Amino acid sequence: MTQPVIFEIQRYRPEIEDEPTWESFEVSCRPEWMILDALNHIKDYVDGTLSYRWACRMGVCGSCGMLVNGKPVLSCATYVTSVLPGPVRVEPLRGFPVIRDLVGDITDFVRKLESVKPWIVRESEQPLEEGEYLQTPEELGEYKQYSMCINCMLCYSACPIYELDPDFIGPAVIALAQRYNLDSRDEGSEERKDILLSQDGIWSCTFVGECTTVCPANVDPAGAIQRYKVTATVDAFKALLPWASR
Amino acid sequence: MGEPVNPGYTEHHAKWHRRRIPIFWWLGNAAYTKFIVRELTSLAVGYAALVLVFQVWSLERGPESYAHFVSWLQLRPVVTLHVVVLGALVYHSVTWLNLAPRALVLRLAGRRLPGAVVLLLHYGAWLVASAAVLWLLLAA
Repeated sequence: MTQPVIFEIQRYRPEIEDEPTWESFEVSCRPEWMILDALNHIKDYVDGTLSYRWACRMGVCGSCGMLVNGKPVLSCATYVTSVLPGPVRVEPLRGFPVIRDLVGDITDFVRKLESVKPWIVRESEQPLEEGEYLQTPEELGEYKQYSMCINCMLCYSACPIYELDPDFIGPAVIALAQRYNLDSRDEGSEERKDILLSQDGIWSCTFVGECTTVCPANVDPAGAIQRYKVTATVDAFKALLPWASR
Repeated sequence: MGEPVNPGYTEHHAKWHRRRIPIFWWLGNAAYTKFIVRELTSLAVGYAALVLVFQVWSLERGPESYAHFVSWLQLRPVVTLHVVVLGALVYHSVTWLNLAPRALVLRLAGRRLPGAVVLLLHYGAWLVASAAVLWLLLAA
């Protein structure tokens, strides 16, 4: 049993047009179809030039983020039936320069992600014979939520600050920096501080909170940023105390 | 793909498109509108602080100056303005306090306290501070 649904898709083909345009497609959708299935149908049977990213089709790789009816979602995890009645408007994620159709340029995000060293930083490694670094469930609980981030960039798309000020390092990068800062095995928080406390770091965030609302992995980037603000403020006051080490 | 028909396009070179952000970008989404209203109510907070400063200043200048200030406070347009400011202050305070559990992690005996406790502590502190102000006013 299929249902005809109108999709209005934003097209941008720089060899043809200077500004994006809208193109309508009518697709007979099956009830179990996700938005991505409909896009794949269009690409396979109607217009092979339609461009978009996707890989895993199961909400893990974070490639297929786009705006559906103005909301940042993973197109592989959004049922067509959940956005009916149509027309269903599909646009590229906001905040990223568009290369073609639904494909944004994510170079800026990747560069910022690298800058906060999202890996475990150690001053020195313990010898192999001492075994693995052990952690209690409480220590794991401190950062586990942030480790669920799949780098889908929906939070960047939902963040008006990032679109207004593209220098802002953004929600996911701060959440991922916190993922390592809060890890008991990590010793790199001082190295991440310069980026996180810079003008384009945590203080650019004005706590709109939409990054957390749209996160498909239930990470709370807004919470991570505010927690880091509290930590940074407490540290700054501690440094003012006469007995603070300099 | 056909031949390029856009004269501004060079083959094999990316030509990015950046959206122009409309001035009223925050009107299309209820969450953004709520956020901007919360930010705008900061003006009411600043105004209330200024009124307090002028009140103390007129008090310091003597009874005549203070009486003049109080008579200004009692003007109908000023009372109307201050009712609106009070509403904005309550909105600002409530939305601010509701965000507290997201920012603050409190621990008791090594265990993280639930967000509701952080929220209750904040509202409790607000209540105590308001009661103290009320007591000062009534005592006067």
